[in-house]
Amino acid sequence: MKPFSYQRATSPAEAAAAAARVEGAKFVAGGTNLLDLMKLQIETPQHLIDVNGIGMDRIEPIPEGGLRVGALVRNTDLAADQRVRRDYAVLSRALLAGANQQLRNQATTAGNLLQRTRCPYFYDTNQPCNKRKPGSGCSAIGGYSRQLAVVGVSDACIATHPSDMAVAMRVLDAAVETVGADGGTRSIPIADFHRLPGDTPQIETTLRPGELITAVTLPKPVGGTHLYRKVRDRASFAFALISVAAIVQRDGSGRVALGGVAHKPWRVEAAEQELPRGAKAVASKLLANATPTDHNAYKLPLVERTLGSVLAEAKG
Amino acid sequence: MKFDRPATTNPIDQLRVIGQPVDRVDGPLKTTGVARYAYEHHDAAPNAAYGYVVGSAIAKGRIASIDLAAVKAAPGVLAIVTAENAGTFGKGDRNTARLLGGPQIEHYHQAVALVVADSFEQARAAAELLRVNYAPETGAFDLNAVKGDAKPAKVMSDPGDTAVGDFASAFAAAPVKIDETYTTPDESHAMMEPHASIAAWDGDRLTLWTSNQMIAWGVGDLAKTLNMPKDNIRLLSPYIGGGFGSKLFLRTDAVLAALGARAAGRPVKVTLQRALLFNNTTHRPATIQRIRIGAAKDGKITAIGHESWSGDLPDGDPEAAVSQTRLLYAGPNRMTATRLAVLDLPEGNAMRAPGEASGMMALEVAIDEIAEKLGLDPVEFRIRNDTQTVPDVSAKPGDKAAPAMPFSQRQLVECFRTGAEKFGWSKRSARPGAVRDGRWLVGMGAAAAFRNNILTKSAARVRLEQDGKVVVETDMTDIGTGSYTIIAQTAAEMIGVPLQRVSVRLGDSRFPVSAGSGGQWGGNNSTAGVYAACVKLRDAIAGKIGFNSAEADFVDGSVRAGNRSVPLADAVRGGSLQAEDGIEYGDISKKAQQSTFGAHFVEVGVDAATAEIRVRRMLAVCAAGRILNPKTARSQVIGAMTMGVGAALMEELVVDDKIGFFVNHDLAGYEVPVHADIPHQDVIFLDETDPMSSPMKAKGVAELGICGVAGAVANAVYNATGIRVRDYPVTLEKLIDRMPPVG
Ligand SMILES: Cc1cc2nc3c(=O)[nH]c(=O)nc-3n(C[C@H](O)[C@H](O)[C@H](O)COP(=O)(O)OP(=O)(O)OC[C@H]3O[C@@H](n4cnc5c(N)ncnc54)[C@H](O)[C@@H]3O)c2cc1C
Ligand code: SF4
Repeated sequence: MKPFSYQRATSPAEAAAAAARVEGAKFVAGGTNLLDLMKLQIETPQHLIDVNGIGMDRIEPIPEGGLRVGALVRNTDLAADQRVRRDYAVLSRALLAGANQQLRNQATTAGNLLQRTRCPYFYDTNQPCNKRKPGSGCSAIGGYSRQLAVVGVSDACIATHPSDMAVAMRVLDAAVETVGADGGTRSIPIADFHRLPGDTPQIETTLRPGELITAVTLPKPVGGTHLYRKVRDRASFAFALISVAAIVQRDGSGRVALGGVAHKPWRVEAAEQELPRGAKAVASKLLANATPTDHNAYKLPLVERTLGSVLAEAKG
Repeated sequence: MKFDRPATTNPIDQLRVIGQPVDRVDGPLKTTGVARYAYEHHDAAPNAAYGYVVGSAIAKGRIASIDLAAVKAAPGVLAIVTAENAGTFGKGDRNTARLLGGPQIEHYHQAVALVVADSFEQARAAAELLRVNYAPETGAFDLNAVKGDAKPAKVMSDPGDTAVGDFASAFAAAPVKIDETYTTPDESHAMMEPHASIAAWDGDRLTLWTSNQMIAWGVGDLAKTLNMPKDNIRLLSPYIGGGFGSKLFLRTDAVLAALGARAAGRPVKVTLQRALLFNNTTHRPATIQRIRIGAAKDGKITAIGHESWSGDLPDGDPEAAVSQTRLLYAGPNRMTATRLAVLDLPEGNAMRAPGEASGMMALEVAIDEIAEKLGLDPVEFRIRNDTQTVPDVSAKPGDKAAPAMPFSQRQLVECFRTGAEKFGWSKRSARPGAVRDGRWLVGMGAAAAFRNNILTKSAARVRLEQDGKVVVETDMTDIGTGSYTIIAQTAAEMIGVPLQRVSVRLGDSRFPVSAGSGGQWGGNNSTAGVYAACVKLRDAIAGKIGFNSAEADFVDGSVRAGNRSVPLADAVRGGSLQAEDGIEYGDISKKAQQSTFGAHFVEVGVDAATAEIRVRRMLAVCAAGRILNPKTARSQVIGAMTMGVGAALMEELVVDDKIGFFVNHDLAGYEVPVHADIPHQDVIFLDETDPMSSPMKAKGVAELGICGVAGAVANAVYNATGIRVRDYPVTLEKLIDRMPPVG
């Protein structure tokens, strides 16, 4: 860990301004991802801005329908919220499929969206990794890639985004609210929030330098059956090999998004038109142009089969 | 005490304290945080500085240059130890690779430096400034690729290859046969407490608080490595947060703490960072195993052959994966072969039940396969091929004159019968893929458990204090197994005092040398050593108060014979009484083969869509001599079963053969079972005493419990799905293409 300075923010706008002002600054929320990475010198911020305790920790209804989830709402609290359980059950289920109770008690909504990949080479600073050290190369390509991405990859990086929560938010069409260094606010549709790796895998979102997430909004409930299936090697406390978030309506229409297959939560709206034709049709649209490796080619049949099982479960 | 003929009735047989399911005497100390682990002896070394280990960034090659300037200038730095500045140091007899690398690098994350600073954070930050220039060399990392170059190798003191009868002809002629190849991956011990040490010098004397299973080996190899007399080293390891074999030997933390403390001029503590554990220390080596079994139509094995390939650094050892095949099933024509290739991966070495754990993963699936070909129930097949004498007479060189060597005890068949009954084995569908429970395809599998019982000498000192306390001292270790408890039970039984009156002190090189903890030999041998010392103490006590100890009973705090009864206190009026002795074995282990046996039963569910495998319930039935404490023994067996599930379903050190290292070197990447993976476990111990094993009539169980588990899981997966996976771990991608259609 490199020495760093630390400040407590007093308001969201002030936090954003400070982040733009101080070279090498980073926000810290629950710290469950950032501190681990700092200990390994994968993240080396010179300044930490603590955004706890500045009033971003409430879940409030939005006048036009929907919920605004504060950036600092803990994963446990979000999963347990009665309104979330009733109207956005896919989110509650996804959250509870992630990490373990202790981590969820500490992890925040914004921090979860911004958690970094679990590619094993990203964690070993002796090894080339374009995401950790731009231009150094990608050890996973031609190396061990069982967990890594099959769609939207690039020659620079094949990492996945590991969040469960974000997959549910993607299927819910959530939006990320922010305040910038200049005090300006904006709302970024979740679809546009995470980026594909391209040749800059170190840039993972469309956030601007210093921009602070203040909340995530969930639009008006859409009803339907909400399911989240996470496929993993052990029964708990493991990252997804793949996951499926689905909202299925009585008439068979619906939405699906995938986790564990790409650098971002993966949703292809056009694929959802195929829902009446079943899992195979949906999966082949979702994973069109997939470029798996020998190690992770299993994800293609796995997605199709899991989707099939989820759709069958939705039918009841 | 020399033990060279079968035990007769002795005070242990009273079973007043021994054999009772008493709680662990160290339990409250551990749950309240009072027990001090290696890194926590703040009281003994209050001013310890912190060492941070730097591991090699290459797998093989040389350090061309190393630049310490920036490290030296970093805040708080007290010393930097490298091979260049450490003076001459050697290598322990039990280490294959050196514990401080440079200029030659033998494997990835081999230590190349220790940075010592006032605080841990300073040491870590400074370590990041170390600049090492490497000249990498190409190495061999892929076992499969070098398999053809593998050479015959011995298995410890046993031959690597054995042959009985005419295997080739019998196999060729067998009407039913299988010939399959199985693979097991490299595995990591992944115990809770990482390797850790605090070193303090007083002139040329060294005190080392560490986490080590074998105190005397540790002292010997540390003395050799540091070029100093053994007598100048005191090694203490009273509590150990798990080892599973990774702490059998001297490791980097101990050597570097000692060198670091010398360089810094004050005590130094070092814990091996978790990310280094997987490549810096030892691991269970991967194997490729070919098994051929031929059988007659009546279900009797006529030919059985088992060959195993593994790799290790130059001068390393093979994984003894064929050992159990020499002893477990009958069959007149047999062969085993052991081949060792050179690999430049980290050092392979013992992990819980080395040899058998890997060998049984293959053998017990092969048995399932041949049973199916014969149309026989796999449990029935195993029963039909039981043997009460050692089938591989060539396994024991020199014993050829006595081909019908018996087993001291062998209740394998009883284990299977009891287990089948309790588990509801009769409900298993012989046809695979036939049972469904909602989303789940359900299957049952069974496997034998087998592990040898090893006799090794062990000594102890026992003292009766004037306050009525009995103190036991031995350098035995408790790696979470229950040594404290069974030793206390032994002394309480022998001297006739309540358990609370016994205090047990372990893990100090100033105490008599014990068997230590490894190879499931600790329980039987260390308590037998305490027994021997207690017999001597009983003589001393009896002498003081006018009894003939051979005729006296030691019960309820007094000594009795006929109608005379004298309190123990009378014996220590003039001062405490102490006795020291140990157990030593004659050639008794050559008169009968001593092994432990069991049967594992497992039910799994396989998600019909995703092929995720989840264990639903497990049962182990063990026949392993006298069970000294059913509670601690059960804990050992359920822990071993859990580890077996890990081996079956998830544990794998993944080799990147370009870089030459284990990629998944943290606990997020190297998955072991969590609670949710282990819903229901049962253990049954058959009533057994083994008079050939020691006066305790006990044997080991802690490794028996893992042997066969993975095979039973894999067999259950087959029974659930009809898909046979021969490459561990059995993960969903190995099934997915052969699963039935969804919906
Ligand atoms: C052992 C382990 C297992 C896990 N398993 C899972 C799992 O199965 N599924 C899963 O989804 N997740 C899992 N996680 C990840 C966990 O969900 C994340 O660590 C957590 O959500 C991060 O939240 P945090 O508040 O602690 O973030 P922090 O660590 O505080 O921050 C993470 C990042 O977000 C930035 N940040 C934080 N708040 C803001 C803000 N308001 N605006 C802008 N930037 C901000 C920080 O600067 C940092 O870059 C696991 C984590 C661990 C350690
Ligand atoms: S896949 Fe991405 S994160 Fe992994 S090594 Fe390559 S560049 Fe780094």
